[in-house]
Amino acid sequence: MTNTKRTSVRALLWTAAGFFLFGKTVSPSHPAPLQRSAALQIKGSDTMVNLGQAWAEAFVKKHPETNVAVTGGGSGTGIAALISGTCDLAESSRALEEKEIQQAKAKGLVIRQEVVALDGIVVVVHPSNPVGRLTMEELREIFLGEIKSWKTVGGPNWPIVLLSREVNSGTHIFFKEHVLRRGKSKGPEEFAPAALMMPSSYAIAEEVAHNENAVGYYGLGYISPRQKVVAVARDGTSPFTVPDIETVRTNSYPISRPLYLFTRGEPSGPVKAFLDFALSPEGQKIVVETDFVPVR
Amino acid sequence: MRTSFRRAKEFAIEKLILLSGLASVVFVALIFVFLLREGISVLKHVSPGAFLGGRFWYPISSPAKLGILPLILGSLLVTAGAVVIAVPLGIAAAFYIAEVAPKKTRAVLKSCVEVLAAIPSVVLGFLGITLLVPFLKQFLGLPTGLTAFAGSLMLAFMALPTIISISEDAINAVPREYKEGAIALGATHWQTLVRVVIHGALPGIIAASMLGIGRVFGETMAVMMVTGNAAVIPETLFAPVRTLTATIAAEMGEAAQGTPHYHALFAIGIVLFLISFAINLTADLLLNRGRKR
Repeated sequence: MTNTKRTSVRALLWTAAGFFLFGKTVSPSHPAPLQRSAALQIKGSDTMVNLGQAWAEAFVKKHPETNVAVTGGGSGTGIAALISGTCDLAESSRALEEKEIQQAKAKGLVIRQEVVALDGIVVVVHPSNPVGRLTMEELREIFLGEIKSWKTVGGPNWPIVLLSREVNSGTHIFFKEHVLRRGKSKGPEEFAPAALMMPSSYAIAEEVAHNENAVGYYGLGYISPRQKVVAVARDGTSPFTVPDIETVRTNSYPISRPLYLFTRGEPSGPVKAFLDFALSPEGQKIVVETDFVPVR
Repeated sequence: MRTSFRRAKEFAIEKLILLSGLASVVFVALIFVFLLREGISVLKHVSPGAFLGGRFWYPISSPAKLGILPLILGSLLVTAGAVVIAVPLGIAAAFYIAEVAPKKTRAVLKSCVEVLAAIPSVVLGFLGITLLVPFLKQFLGLPTGLTAFAGSLMLAFMALPTIISISEDAINAVPREYKEGAIALGATHWQTLVRVVIHGALPGIIAASMLGIGRVFGETMAVMMVTGNAAVIPETLFAPVRTLTATIAAEMGEAAQGTPHYHALFAIGIVLFLISFAINLTADLLLNRGRKR
């Protein structure tokens, strides 16, 4: 081999180090706000980004003078932006925390919460799994890794394979706080280390459809015959409820949550128009289309 | 007049080329400085020992548990598995293409290898999750097919084109006289390949393998889709693992700037950088040794 060839191979090796590591980083894009007569900035929950965008599209058709930009980042990000004044509406999959109410107060703001949709989280197993009903306590012990076999909950002697969403998912956080920590958001409980962290609801659906040992969770909209939906009871004495639009709305299904739009004080102008639109029959139809549960 | 203009032009071009050469050095240095600046703050929250040796990764809890030992072992295990599959297969394929295959087969194989290199990793991951993972579960009787082994297989596929192409170049670069000499001395084709050609091409083959390893180690998307991403210390190749790269990709989007979680992800970047650096350094040393002999 000639010397130049060696050097080129060597240079390739070194530059490779950089590329292999940094060629793949994904940077989130933040579309710049468009300046027109009226511009609405909506920010917050990743769970609600699609819903917000669908609303925005339909809303702009009716109000062409208004520009709407919807971005994600997480409920907390949206609320922080609302308080600091960099967005007009915050989408959130959780209520305000005491800390946030105090931060707003310090700036002389009162944040108004409006429930605009509901979200139900469905627990699914493989269709061949005979286990079809679980209490919240059983679910909790399963996902904490304390129950390791389906036998313990009345099924066959199969190992339980836990499927969870990644930590960046609002669904992950809701499931952890609501089921594992019994509603105490700062509790010490965590998903068992052996729980598989799936990058998407699709990945969970796919693995549950193929794996009779698996148990996973996803949003109401993902229900399909390839997975079996588990009926859940609040405690040993409550009835087992199957999640659907009706049971989520009446709160008889235990793993459900409200989705909010927050505004600074009483809304007015385009902010009020958008909020009214979200709650209108047309807006609530979009809620159903994006796989959430309408509130009206 | 004319010569001085030419000299000036020559000078400018020369400096320009020097500058572009220096640019890559500067970029690497800047990247490292940036990583270091963002990542080093994690040491305010955990000691280096607890960070590198901690067994639990719960980055969003309060207080966060930031132990990346399962992630490091996960990355190393997946990489090792991929190397064991891809390196022998890649080198054998390179020898076949370069020395054994008839002209027509060679052309077909070469373009096939190029097509393999062109498949985006997310597509491979998609195939993995729908076909490979259920198959592995059934075939090997595992609790789940989402395992380090599934990741290794996917990554072996991705490393193969790199290993084959570069090894093949190295084999072709072995001087014809070596082969002719061997054959003239009465060696068979096989003896020539195993005793002569392989020695001439060895540094290139090692470089090819190292490049393949680097590709495997830094790969993110396909691995994230098929390895299950459970942050446990893996006991076998047939258990779920979480890799360093998948952790950064999955969590960077939601990590709030300035939190221990955010700094920990950058610190993982430093660890990745250092391991990658070590891989390349080893390759370089091996190349040097090959040259001296």
